[in-house]
Amino acid sequence: MAVARHWRNQDQRYNLAGTHCKVCGGHFFPKTSMCPTCHRRSMGKLERFQFSGNGTISSYTIIHDGMPQYSSQVPYVIAYIDLEEGDHIIGQIVDCEPSEVEIGKGVEMVFRKLSEEGRSGTIQYGFKFRLTM
Amino acid sequence: MGKLARDVAVIGVGQTRFGEHWNLTFRELGIEAGFRAMEDAGISSSRIEALYTGTMSSGLFLNQEHVSAMIAEVVGLTENQIPATRIEAAGASGGLAFHQAILDVASGLHDIVVVGGAEKMSDVVSNVATEFVASGADQAWEGLFGATMPSLFALMARKHMHDHGTTKEHLAHVAVKNHVHGAKNPLAQFQREITMDMAVNAAMVADPLGMYDCAPSSDGSASLVLCDMKTAKELSDNPIRVAGTGQGSDSLSLANREEITSMRSTVAASRRAYEMAGVGPGDIKVAEVHDSYTISEIIAIEDLGFFKKGDGGFATERGETALNSTITVNPSGGLKARGHPLGATGIAQINELVIQLRGDAGDRQVKDANIGLAHNIGGTGGTAVVNILEVV
Repeated sequence: MAVARHWRNQDQRYNLAGTHCKVCGGHFFPKTSMCPTCHRRSMGKLERFQFSGNGTISSYTIIHDGMPQYSSQVPYVIAYIDLEEGDHIIGQIVDCEPSEVEIGKGVEMVFRKLSEEGRSGTIQYGFKFRLTM
Repeated sequence: MGKLARDVAVIGVGQTRFGEHWNLTFRELGIEAGFRAMEDAGISSSRIEALYTGTMSSGLFLNQEHVSAMIAEVVGLTENQIPATRIEAAGASGGLAFHQAILDVASGLHDIVVVGGAEKMSDVVSNVATEFVASGADQAWEGLFGATMPSLFALMARKHMHDHGTTKEHLAHVAVKNHVHGAKNPLAQFQREITMDMAVNAAMVADPLGMYDCAPSSDGSASLVLCDMKTAKELSDNPIRVAGTGQGSDSLSLANREEITSMRSTVAASRRAYEMAGVGPGDIKVAEVHDSYTISEIIAIEDLGFFKKGDGGFATERGETALNSTITVNPSGGLKARGHPLGATGIAQINELVIQLRGDAGDRQVKDANIGLAHNIGGTGGTAVVNILEVV
Protein backbone atom coordinates (compact mmCIF):
# COMPACT_ATOMS: atom_id res chain seq x y z
CA MET A 1 0.00 0.00 0.00
CA ALA A 2 1.18 3.53 -0.67
CA VAL A 3 2.60 5.33 2.37
CA ALA A 4 0.14 8.22 1.96
CA ARG A 5 -2.71 5.93 2.92
CA HIS A 6 -1.38 5.83 6.48
CA TRP A 7 0.32 9.28 6.55
CA ARG A 8 -2.94 11.15 5.95
CA ASN A 9 -4.51 9.60 9.07
CA GLN A 10 -1.60 10.34 11.40
CA ASP A 11 -3.24 13.15 13.39
CA GLN A 12 -6.24 10.93 14.15
CA ARG A 13 -4.26 7.78 14.92
CA TYR A 14 -1.40 9.43 16.84
CA ASN A 15 -3.24 12.20 18.66
CA LEU A 16 -6.87 11.03 18.77
CA ALA A 17 -7.92 14.14 16.85
CA GLY A 18 -11.45 14.38 15.53
CA THR A 19 -13.79 17.02 14.16
CA HIS A 20 -15.87 19.70 15.91
CA CYS A 21 -18.89 21.19 14.14
CA LYS A 22 -19.24 24.91 14.92
CA VAL A 23 -22.88 24.86 13.77
CA CYS A 24 -24.31 22.21 16.10
CA GLY A 25 -21.42 21.83 18.55
CA GLY A 26 -21.12 18.10 17.91
CA HIS A 27 -17.79 16.28 17.78
CA PHE A 28 -16.88 13.19 15.84
CA PHE A 29 -14.25 10.48 15.61
CA PRO A 30 -12.81 9.70 13.11
CA LYS A 31 -12.52 13.06 11.36
CA THR A 32 -15.22 13.98 8.90
CA SER A 33 -15.44 16.56 6.13
CA MET A 34 -19.20 16.90 6.65
CA CYS A 35 -21.18 17.01 9.89
CA PRO A 36 -23.62 14.07 9.81
CA THR A 37 -26.22 16.23 11.62
CA CYS A 38 -25.87 19.57 9.83
CA HIS A 39 -24.92 18.19 6.41
CA ARG A 40 -24.21 20.94 3.85
CA ARG A 41 -24.64 23.73 6.42
CA SER A 42 -21.44 22.49 8.09
CA MET A 43 -19.27 23.21 5.03
CA GLY A 44 -16.43 25.51 6.11
CA LYS A 45 -17.63 25.36 9.74
CA LEU A 46 -15.62 22.31 10.87
CA GLU A 47 -12.48 22.45 12.99
CA ARG A 48 -10.02 20.04 14.59
CA PHE A 49 -11.17 18.58 17.91
CA GLN A 50 -8.82 17.09 20.48
CA PHE A 51 -10.23 14.14 22.42
CA SER A 52 -8.84 13.64 25.93
CA GLY A 53 -8.26 9.91 25.42
CA ASN A 54 -10.13 9.09 28.63
CA GLY A 55 -13.08 6.73 28.58
CA THR A 56 -14.89 3.73 30.01
CA ILE A 57 -15.08 0.14 28.76
CA SER A 58 -18.60 -0.55 27.47
CA SER A 59 -17.81 -4.04 26.13
CA TYR A 60 -14.72 -6.11 25.36
CA THR A 61 -13.53 -9.35 23.80
CA ILE A 62 -10.37 -11.43 24.12
CA ILE A 63 -9.25 -12.40 20.62
CA HIS A 64 -7.66 -15.85 20.22
CA ASP A 65 -7.90 -16.06 16.42
CA GLY A 66 -6.54 -12.69 15.29
CA MET A 67 -5.91 -10.67 12.18
CA PRO A 68 -2.77 -11.95 10.35
CA GLN A 69 -0.71 -8.88 11.33
CA TYR A 70 -1.62 -9.40 15.01
CA SER A 71 -1.28 -13.20 15.10
CA SER A 72 1.89 -13.06 17.24
CA GLN A 73 0.02 -11.05 19.90
CA VAL A 74 -2.87 -13.44 20.70
CA PRO A 75 -4.64 -13.45 23.01
CA TYR A 76 -5.24 -9.69 22.77
CA VAL A 77 -8.11 -7.55 24.02
CA ILE A 78 -10.33 -5.30 21.90
CA ALA A 79 -12.78 -3.00 23.67
CA TYR A 80 -15.76 -0.84 22.76
CA ILE A 81 -14.97 2.35 24.66
CA ASP A 82 -17.28 5.21 25.62
CA LEU A 83 -15.04 8.29 25.42
CA GLU A 84 -15.72 10.92 28.08
CA GLU A 85 -16.79 13.35 25.34
CA GLY A 86 -19.64 10.94 24.48
CA ASP A 87 -18.28 9.39 21.28
CA HIS A 88 -17.37 5.71 20.98
CA ILE A 89 -14.19 4.09 19.72
CA ILE A 90 -12.81 0.59 19.22
CA GLY A 91 -9.26 -0.05 20.40
CA GLN A 92 -6.91 -2.51 22.05
CA ILE A 93 -6.46 -2.68 25.83
CA VAL A 94 -2.78 -3.23 26.72
CA ASP A 95 -0.43 -3.31 29.73
CA CYS A 96 -2.62 -5.73 31.69
CA GLU A 97 -3.74 -9.35 31.80
CA PRO A 98 -6.92 -9.97 29.78
CA SER A 99 -8.58 -11.21 32.98
CA GLU A 100 -8.25 -7.72 34.51
CA VAL A 101 -10.48 -6.15 31.85
CA GLU A 102 -14.09 -5.54 32.91
CA ILE A 103 -17.08 -3.56 31.69
CA GLY A 104 -17.17 -0.19 33.50
CA LYS A 105 -13.42 0.15 34.07
CA GLY A 106 -11.74 3.43 33.10
CA VAL A 107 -9.12 3.65 30.35
CA GLU A 108 -6.69 6.22 28.95
CA MET A 109 -5.10 6.42 25.52
CA VAL A 110 -1.49 5.37 24.98
CA PHE A 111 0.61 5.68 21.81
CA ARG A 112 1.86 2.34 20.49
CA LYS A 113 3.01 0.40 17.44
CA LEU A 114 0.01 -1.18 15.73
CA SER A 115 1.36 -3.40 12.97
CA GLU A 116 3.70 -3.54 10.01
CA GLU A 117 3.16 -4.39 6.38
CA GLY A 118 5.69 -7.18 6.08
CA ARG A 119 9.45 -6.98 6.71
CA SER A 120 10.11 -4.17 4.24
CA GLY A 121 6.79 -2.30 4.41
CA THR A 122 5.70 0.65 6.52
CA ILE A 123 5.15 0.38 10.28
CA GLN A 124 1.86 1.73 11.57
CA TYR A 125 1.58 3.49 14.92
CA GLY A 126 -1.49 4.71 16.72
CA PHE A 127 -3.69 4.69 19.78
CA LYS A 128 -4.27 1.84 22.18
CA PHE A 129 -5.71 2.10 25.69
CA ARG A 130 -4.68 1.00 29.19
CA LEU A 131 -6.66 0.63 32.40
CA THR A 132 -6.65 3.59 34.82
CA MET A 133 -7.91 1.41 37.75
CA MET B 1 -44.81 4.36 -1.58
CA GLY B 2 -43.93 1.02 -0.13
CA LYS B 3 -45.65 -1.07 -2.81
CA LEU B 4 -44.39 -3.08 -5.77
CA ALA B 5 -45.83 -2.03 -9.13
CA ARG B 6 -46.78 -5.63 -9.92
CA ASP B 7 -46.71 -9.03 -8.20
CA VAL B 8 -43.51 -11.07 -8.39
CA ALA B 9 -42.95 -14.77 -7.64
CA VAL B 10 -40.19 -17.39 -7.38
CA ILE B 11 -40.72 -20.38 -9.68
CA GLY B 12 -37.45 -22.28 -9.41
CA VAL B 13 -34.64 -22.82 -6.92
CA GLY B 14 -31.27 -24.59 -7.00
CA GLN B 15 -28.26 -24.92 -4.73
CA THR B 16 -24.94 -26.73 -4.58
CA ARG B 17 -24.06 -28.45 -1.36
CA PHE B 18 -22.19 -25.92 0.80
CA GLY B 19 -18.75 -26.92 2.08
CA GLU B 20 -15.13 -27.14 1.06
CA HIS B 21 -15.23 -27.93 -2.67
CA TRP B 22 -11.53 -28.39 -3.41
CA ASN B 23 -12.31 -29.80 -6.87
CA LEU B 24 -14.73 -27.10 -8.04
CA THR B 25 -14.12 -23.59 -9.36
CA PHE B 26 -16.28 -20.52 -8.73
CA ARG B 27 -17.57 -20.92 -12.29
CA GLU B 28 -18.55 -24.57 -11.78
CA LEU B 29 -20.36 -23.79 -8.53
CA GLY B 30 -22.35 -21.04 -10.27
CA ILE B 31 -23.24 -23.29 -13.20
CA GLU B 32 -24.46 -26.12 -10.95
CA ALA B 33 -26.78 -23.94 -8.85
CA GLY B 34 -28.04 -22.03 -11.90
CA PHE B 35 -28.88 -25.13 -13.90
CA ARG B 36 -30.65 -26.73 -10.93
CA ALA B 37 -32.81 -23.61 -10.58
CA MET B 38 -33.61 -23.62 -14.31
CA GLU B 39 -34.47 -27.32 -14.18
CA ASP B 40 -36.70 -26.75 -11.14
CA ALA B 41 -38.50 -23.93 -12.97
CA GLY B 42 -38.75 -26.05 -16.11
CA ILE B 43 -37.64 -23.27 -18.46
CA SER B 44 -34.90 -23.02 -21.06
CA SER B 45 -32.11 -20.47 -20.77
CA SER B 46 -33.40 -18.61 -23.82
CA ARG B 47 -36.26 -17.30 -21.63
CA ILE B 48 -33.90 -15.50 -19.22
CA GLU B 49 -33.99 -11.73 -19.71
CA ALA B 50 -31.54 -10.57 -17.03
CA LEU B 51 -29.05 -11.96 -14.53
CA TYR B 52 -28.24 -10.77 -11.00
CA THR B 53 -25.37 -12.15 -8.92
CA GLY B 54 -24.56 -11.54 -5.26
CA THR B 55 -20.87 -11.99 -4.42
CA MET B 56 -19.06 -10.37 -1.53
CA SER B 57 -15.47 -10.52 -2.61
CA SER B 58 -14.41 -12.50 -5.63
CA GLY B 59 -11.73 -9.82 -5.92
CA LEU B 60 -10.05 -10.68 -2.63
CA PHE B 61 -10.72 -14.42 -2.61
CA LEU B 62 -10.03 -15.12 -6.31
CA ASN B 63 -8.42 -11.94 -7.63
CA GLN B 64 -11.31 -11.81 -10.08
CA GLU B 65 -13.75 -8.90 -10.35
CA HIS B 66 -16.47 -8.38 -12.99
CA VAL B 67 -17.94 -11.81 -12.26
CA SER B 68 -21.31 -10.74 -13.70
CA ALA B 69 -19.87 -11.05 -17.20
CA MET B 70 -18.01 -14.22 -16.25
CA ILE B 71 -21.22 -15.91 -15.10
CA ALA B 72 -23.14 -14.77 -18.19
CA GLU B 73 -20.35 -16.31 -20.25
CA VAL B 74 -20.11 -19.66 -18.47
CA VAL B 75 -23.86 -20.28 -18.40
CA GLY B 76 -24.10 -19.44 -22.10
CA LEU B 77 -26.11 -16.25 -21.84
CA THR B 78 -23.88 -13.91 -23.83
CA GLU B 79 -25.64 -14.68 -27.13
CA ASN B 80 -28.45 -12.20 -26.46
CA GLN B 81 -26.26 -9.76 -24.49
CA ILE B 82 -28.72 -9.78 -21.59
CA PRO B 83 -28.03 -7.38 -18.71
CA ALA B 84 -25.79 -9.07 -16.11
CA THR B 85 -25.27 -7.27 -12.79
CA ARG B 86 -23.22 -8.02 -9.70
CA ILE B 87 -24.46 -6.77 -6.32
CA GLU B 88 -22.18 -6.38 -3.28
CA ALA B 89 -23.11 -5.72 0.35
CA ALA B 90 -20.70 -8.07 2.21
CA GLY B 91 -22.68 -11.00 3.68
CA ALA B 92 -25.95 -9.44 2.48
CA SER B 93 -24.91 -9.55 -1.19
CA GLY B 94 -27.29 -12.44 -1.99
CA GLY B 95 -30.32 -10.99 -0.22
CA LEU B 96 -29.69 -7.63 -1.82
CA ALA B 97 -29.32 -9.18 -5.29
CA PHE B 98 -32.74 -10.77 -4.74
CA HIS B 99 -34.17 -7.41 -3.59
CA GLN B 100 -32.81 -5.65 -6.68
CA ALA B 101 -34.14 -8.38 -8.98
CA ILE B 102 -37.59 -7.97 -7.39
CA LEU B 103 -37.50 -4.23 -8.16
CA ASP B 104 -36.45 -5.01 -11.74
CA VAL B 105 -39.31 -7.45 -12.43
CA ALA B 106 -41.88 -5.38 -10.49
CA SER B 107 -40.98 -2.34 -12.60
CA GLY B 108 -41.95 -4.22 -15.75
CA LEU B 109 -38.48 -3.98 -17.32
CA HIS B 110 -38.08 -7.77 -17.42
CA ASP B 111 -40.48 -10.70 -16.93
CA ILE B 112 -38.07 -13.54 -16.13
CA VAL B 113 -34.73 -13.08 -14.38
CA VAL B 114 -32.25 -15.40 -12.70
CA VAL B 115 -30.69 -14.41 -9.37
CA GLY B 116 -27.61 -16.19 -8.10
CA GLY B 117 -25.24 -15.93 -5.19
CA ALA B 118 -21.81 -17.49 -4.98
CA GLU B 119 -18.58 -17.43 -3.01
CA LYS B 120 -15.40 -19.49 -3.22
CA MET B 121 -13.56 -19.05 0.11
CA SER B 122 -11.38 -22.17 0.41
CA ASP B 123 -8.71 -20.99 -2.05
CA VAL B 124 -7.11 -18.84 0.68
CA VAL B 125 -5.76 -20.02 4.05
CA SER B 126 -7.92 -19.40 7.09
CA ASN B 127 -6.24 -16.34 8.65
CA VAL B 128 -6.25 -14.63 5.27
CA ALA B 129 -9.97 -15.43 5.03
CA THR B 130 -10.33 -13.82 8.48
CA GLU B 131 -8.80 -10.63 7.09
CA PHE B 132 -10.97 -10.67 3.95
CA VAL B 133 -14.17 -11.25 5.92
CA ALA B 134 -13.20 -8.30 8.16
CA SER B 135 -13.30 -6.04 5.09
CA GLY B 136 -17.09 -6.13 5.49
CA ALA B 137 -16.56 -4.02 8.63
CA ASP B 138 -14.54 -0.77 8.87
CA GLN B 139 -10.96 -1.57 7.79
CA ALA B 140 -9.49 1.82 8.68
CA TRP B 141 -10.90 2.15 12.21
CA GLU B 142 -11.65 -1.44 13.28
CA GLY B 143 -9.57 -3.90 11.23
CA LEU B 144 -6.29 -1.94 11.39
CA PHE B 145 -6.56 -1.94 15.19
CA GLY B 146 -6.88 -5.73 15.26
CA ALA B 147 -10.67 -6.19 15.30
CA THR B 148 -11.80 -9.30 13.41
CA MET B 149 -15.43 -9.87 12.34
CA PRO B 150 -16.05 -12.42 15.16
CA SER B 151 -14.53 -9.97 17.67
CA LEU B 152 -17.04 -7.27 16.70
CA PHE B 153 -19.90 -9.72 17.28
CA ALA B 154 -18.20 -10.75 20.54
CA LEU B 155 -18.47 -7.09 21.65
CA MET B 156 -22.21 -7.25 20.92
CA ALA B 157 -22.48 -10.59 22.75
CA ARG B 158 -20.70 -9.43 25.91
CA LYS B 159 -22.86 -6.27 26.00
CA HIS B 160 -26.04 -8.32 25.44
CA MET B 161 -25.02 -10.62 28.29
CA HIS B 162 -24.28 -7.63 30.54
CA ASP B 163 -27.49 -5.73 29.74
CA HIS B 164 -30.00 -8.59 29.35
CA GLY B 165 -28.63 -11.58 31.26
CA THR B 166 -27.97 -13.64 28.13
CA THR B 167 -25.58 -16.51 28.89
CA LYS B 168 -22.89 -18.53 27.13
CA GLU B 169 -25.35 -21.47 27.31
CA HIS B 170 -27.99 -19.42 25.46
CA LEU B 171 -25.48 -18.91 22.65
CA ALA B 172 -24.74 -22.66 22.64
CA HIS B 173 -28.47 -23.46 22.36
CA VAL B 174 -28.55 -21.54 19.05
CA ALA B 175 -25.69 -23.63 17.64
CA VAL B 176 -27.07 -26.95 18.92
CA LYS B 177 -30.54 -26.20 17.50
CA ASN B 178 -29.18 -25.17 14.10
CA HIS B 179 -27.06 -28.32 13.91
CA VAL B 180 -30.18 -30.42 14.66
CA HIS B 181 -31.84 -28.71 11.69
CA GLY B 182 -28.73 -28.95 9.48
CA ALA B 183 -28.57 -32.71 10.08
CA LYS B 184 -31.86 -32.93 8.14
CA ASN B 185 -30.63 -30.83 5.18
CA PRO B 186 -28.83 -32.82 2.45
CA LEU B 187 -27.22 -29.64 1.09
CA ALA B 188 -25.84 -28.45 4.45
CA GLN B 189 -22.11 -28.28 5.14
CA PHE B 190 -22.48 -29.89 8.59
CA GLN B 191 -25.10 -32.66 8.61
CA ARG B 192 -24.46 -33.75 12.16
CA GLU B 193 -25.68 -32.80 15.61
CA ILE B 194 -23.45 -31.34 18.31
CA THR B 195 -23.82 -31.44 22.10
CA MET B 196 -24.15 -28.55 24.54
CA ASP B 197 -20.80 -29.59 26.02
CA MET B 198 -19.09 -29.34 22.62
CA ALA B 199 -20.57 -25.90 21.99
CA VAL B 200 -19.93 -24.42 25.44
CA ASN B 201 -16.39 -25.76 25.79
CA ALA B 202 -15.13 -25.24 22.24
CA ALA B 203 -11.88 -23.39 21.59
CA MET B 204 -12.31 -19.63 21.92
CA VAL B 205 -12.27 -17.48 18.78
CA ALA B 206 -13.13 -14.12 20.34
CA ASP B 207 -14.28 -14.53 23.95
CA PRO B 208 -17.20 -15.11 24.66
CA LEU B 209 -17.58 -16.59 21.15
CA GLY B 210 -16.07 -20.03 20.62
CA MET B 211 -15.70 -22.10 17.47
CA TYR B 212 -19.30 -23.35 17.57
CA ASP B 213 -20.59 -19.78 17.89
CA CYS B 214 -19.23 -18.98 14.42
CA ALA B 215 -20.50 -19.93 10.98
CA PRO B 216 -17.82 -21.64 8.90
CA SER B 217 -16.03 -20.50 5.76
CA SER B 218 -17.63 -22.23 2.80
CA ASP B 219 -17.70 -22.64 -0.93
CA GLY B 220 -21.08 -22.73 -2.55
CA SER B 221 -23.69 -21.23 -4.80
CA ALA B 222 -27.46 -20.84 -4.79
CA SER B 223 -29.73 -19.64 -7.55
CA LEU B 224 -33.40 -18.97 -8.27
CA VAL B 225 -35.75 -17.96 -11.06
CA LEU B 226 -37.95 -14.92 -10.45
CA CYS B 227 -40.76 -13.66 -12.66
CA ASP B 228 -43.93 -11.58 -12.70
CA MET B 229 -47.02 -13.34 -11.33
CA LYS B 230 -48.79 -13.62 -14.68
CA THR B 231 -45.83 -15.43 -16.21
CA ALA B 232 -45.34 -17.43 -12.99
CA LYS B 233 -48.86 -18.85 -13.19
CA GLU B 234 -48.32 -19.85 -16.82
CA LEU B 235 -45.07 -21.65 -16.00
CA SER B 236 -45.63 -23.05 -12.52
CA ASP B 237 -48.23 -24.90 -10.45
CA ASN B 238 -46.83 -23.60 -7.18
CA PRO B 239 -45.31 -20.12 -7.52
CA ILE B 240 -44.20 -18.54 -4.25
CA ARG B 241 -45.16 -14.86 -4.06
CA VAL B 242 -42.92 -12.07 -2.80
CA ALA B 243 -45.22 -10.47 -0.23
CA GLY B 244 -42.77 -7.88 1.04
CA THR B 245 -39.20 -6.73 0.63
CA GLY B 246 -37.22 -4.17 2.61
CA GLN B 247 -33.67 -2.92 2.93
CA GLY B 248 -32.00 -0.83 5.63
CA SER B 249 -28.58 0.66 6.31
CA ASP B 250 -26.56 1.77 9.32
CA SER B 251 -23.00 2.94 9.95
CA LEU B 252 -20.22 0.71 8.62
CA SER B 253 -18.40 0.92 11.94
CA LEU B 254 -19.78 -0.35 15.22
CA ALA B 255 -18.29 2.66 17.04
CA ASN B 256 -20.63 5.08 15.25
CA ARG B 257 -23.76 3.47 16.74
CA GLU B 258 -25.42 4.37 20.02
CA GLU B 259 -26.63 0.81 20.52
CA ILE B 260 -24.73 -2.43 19.81
CA THR B 261 -27.21 -5.01 21.09
CA SER B 262 -29.72 -4.17 18.35
CA MET B 263 -29.34 -3.47 14.63
CA ARG B 264 -31.29 -0.46 13.36
CA SER B 265 -30.81 -1.71 9.79
CA THR B 266 -32.70 -4.93 10.62
CA VAL B 267 -35.47 -3.05 12.43
CA ALA B 268 -35.93 -0.68 9.46
CA ALA B 269 -35.72 -3.38 6.77
CA SER B 270 -38.24 -5.58 8.58
CA ARG B 271 -40.64 -2.67 9.18
CA ARG B 272 -40.61 -1.92 5.44
CA ALA B 273 -41.10 -5.58 4.52
CA TYR B 274 -43.88 -6.12 7.09
CA GLU B 275 -45.71 -2.99 5.90
CA MET B 276 -45.50 -4.02 2.26
CA ALA B 277 -46.71 -7.52 3.08
CA GLY B 278 -49.43 -6.31 5.43
CA VAL B 279 -48.33 -8.76 8.12
CA GLY B 280 -46.56 -8.66 11.46
CA PRO B 281 -43.99 -10.82 13.24
CA GLY B 282 -46.75 -12.95 14.78
CA ASP B 283 -47.86 -14.10 11.32
CA ILE B 284 -44.47 -15.61 10.43
CA LYS B 285 -44.32 -19.42 10.76
CA VAL B 286 -40.81 -19.95 9.47
CA ALA B 287 -37.79 -17.65 9.34
CA GLU B 288 -34.30 -17.92 7.90
CA VAL B 289 -32.23 -15.40 9.87
CA HIS B 290 -28.59 -14.37 9.57
CA ASP B 291 -26.80 -16.42 12.27
CA SER B 292 -23.25 -15.65 11.15
CA TYR B 293 -22.60 -15.89 14.89
CA THR B 294 -24.92 -17.31 17.54
CA ILE B 295 -25.39 -13.84 19.02
CA SER B 296 -26.51 -12.59 15.57
CA GLU B 297 -29.49 -14.97 15.68
CA ILE B 298 -30.44 -13.83 19.19
CA ILE B 299 -30.27 -10.17 18.18
CA ALA B 300 -32.13 -10.88 14.91
CA ILE B 301 -35.10 -12.66 16.49
CA GLU B 302 -35.49 -9.67 18.83
CA ASP B 303 -35.07 -6.99 16.14
CA LEU B 304 -37.50 -8.82 13.81
CA GLY B 305 -40.12 -8.68 16.57
CA PHE B 306 -40.41 -12.43 17.22
CA PHE B 307 -39.33 -11.93 20.86
CA LYS B 308 -38.99 -8.86 23.03
CA LYS B 309 -35.60 -7.20 23.54
CA GLY B 310 -33.43 -9.28 25.84
CA ASP B 311 -35.58 -12.41 25.59
CA GLY B 312 -33.91 -13.90 22.49
CA GLY B 313 -31.47 -16.10 24.40
CA PHE B 314 -34.06 -17.20 26.95
CA ALA B 315 -36.59 -18.00 24.19
CA THR B 316 -33.98 -20.10 22.40
CA GLU B 317 -33.23 -21.98 25.63
CA ARG B 318 -36.98 -22.64 26.05
CA GLY B 319 -36.95 -24.26 22.61
CA GLU B 320 -39.28 -21.68 21.05
CA THR B 321 -37.19 -21.38 17.87
CA ALA B 322 -36.81 -25.12 17.22
CA LEU B 323 -38.52 -26.96 14.37
CA ASN B 324 -42.31 -26.73 14.72
CA SER B 325 -42.32 -24.78 17.98
CA THR B 326 -43.48 -21.15 18.41
CA ILE B 327 -41.62 -20.03 15.30
CA THR B 328 -39.17 -22.22 13.39
CA VAL B 329 -35.91 -20.30 13.01
CA ASN B 330 -33.35 -21.57 10.49
CA PRO B 331 -34.85 -24.94 9.53
CA SER B 332 -32.08 -25.23 6.91
CA GLY B 333 -29.45 -25.27 9.65
CA GLY B 334 -28.78 -21.56 9.19
CA LEU B 335 -25.39 -20.13 8.38
CA LYS B 336 -23.98 -22.15 11.28
CA ALA B 337 -24.76 -25.63 9.92
CA ARG B 338 -25.78 -25.09 6.28
CA GLY B 339 -22.54 -23.14 5.79
CA HIS B 340 -21.88 -19.51 4.86
CA PRO B 341 -20.46 -18.91 1.41
CA LEU B 342 -20.98 -15.16 1.90
CA GLY B 343 -22.74 -14.07 -1.32
CA ALA B 344 -24.64 -17.36 -1.66
CA THR B 345 -26.24 -17.20 1.79
CA GLY B 346 -29.00 -14.70 1.02
CA ILE B 347 -30.20 -16.76 -1.95
CA ALA B 348 -29.96 -20.05 -0.02
CA GLN B 349 -32.25 -18.49 2.63
CA ILE B 350 -34.88 -17.60 0.00
CA ASN B 351 -34.57 -21.09 -1.51
CA GLU B 352 -35.20 -22.71 1.89
CA LEU B 353 -38.36 -20.62 2.32
CA VAL B 354 -39.57 -21.63 -1.15
CA ILE B 355 -38.98 -25.33 -0.36
CA GLN B 356 -40.76 -24.94 3.00
CA LEU B 357 -43.73 -23.05 1.52
CA ARG B 358 -44.10 -25.67 -1.23
CA GLY B 359 -44.19 -28.35 1.48
CA ASP B 360 -41.16 -30.11 0.00
CA ALA B 361 -38.80 -29.91 3.01
CA GLY B 362 -39.11 -33.55 4.10
CA ASP B 363 -37.79 -34.25 7.62
CA ARG B 364 -37.33 -30.56 8.35
CA GLN B 365 -40.78 -29.47 7.05
CA VAL B 366 -42.46 -26.73 9.09
CA LYS B 367 -46.13 -27.75 9.48
CA ASP B 368 -48.67 -25.49 7.76
CA ALA B 369 -45.95 -23.13 6.55
CA ASN B 370 -47.74 -20.49 4.50
CA ILE B 371 -45.65 -17.37 5.12
CA GLY B 372 -41.92 -17.09 5.72
CA LEU B 373 -39.29 -14.43 6.32
CA ALA B 374 -35.63 -14.23 5.31
CA HIS B 375 -33.16 -11.87 7.03
CA ASN B 376 -29.69 -11.24 5.61
CA ILE B 377 -27.10 -8.78 6.94
CA GLY B 378 -23.77 -7.46 5.73
CA GLY B 379 -20.79 -6.89 8.05
CA THR B 380 -21.93 -5.95 11.55
CA GLY B 381 -25.31 -4.80 10.20
CA GLY B 382 -24.31 -1.92 7.93
CA THR B 383 -26.81 -3.47 5.52
CA ALA B 384 -29.88 -5.55 6.29
CA VAL B 385 -32.35 -7.05 3.82
CA VAL B 386 -35.65 -8.66 4.83
CA ASN B 387 -37.86 -10.55 2.39
CA ILE B 388 -41.27 -12.08 3.12
CA LEU B 389 -42.62 -14.87 0.91
CA GLU B 390 -46.05 -16.51 0.89
CA VAL B 391 -47.97 -19.31 -0.71
CA VAL B 392 -50.22 -18.04 -3.52
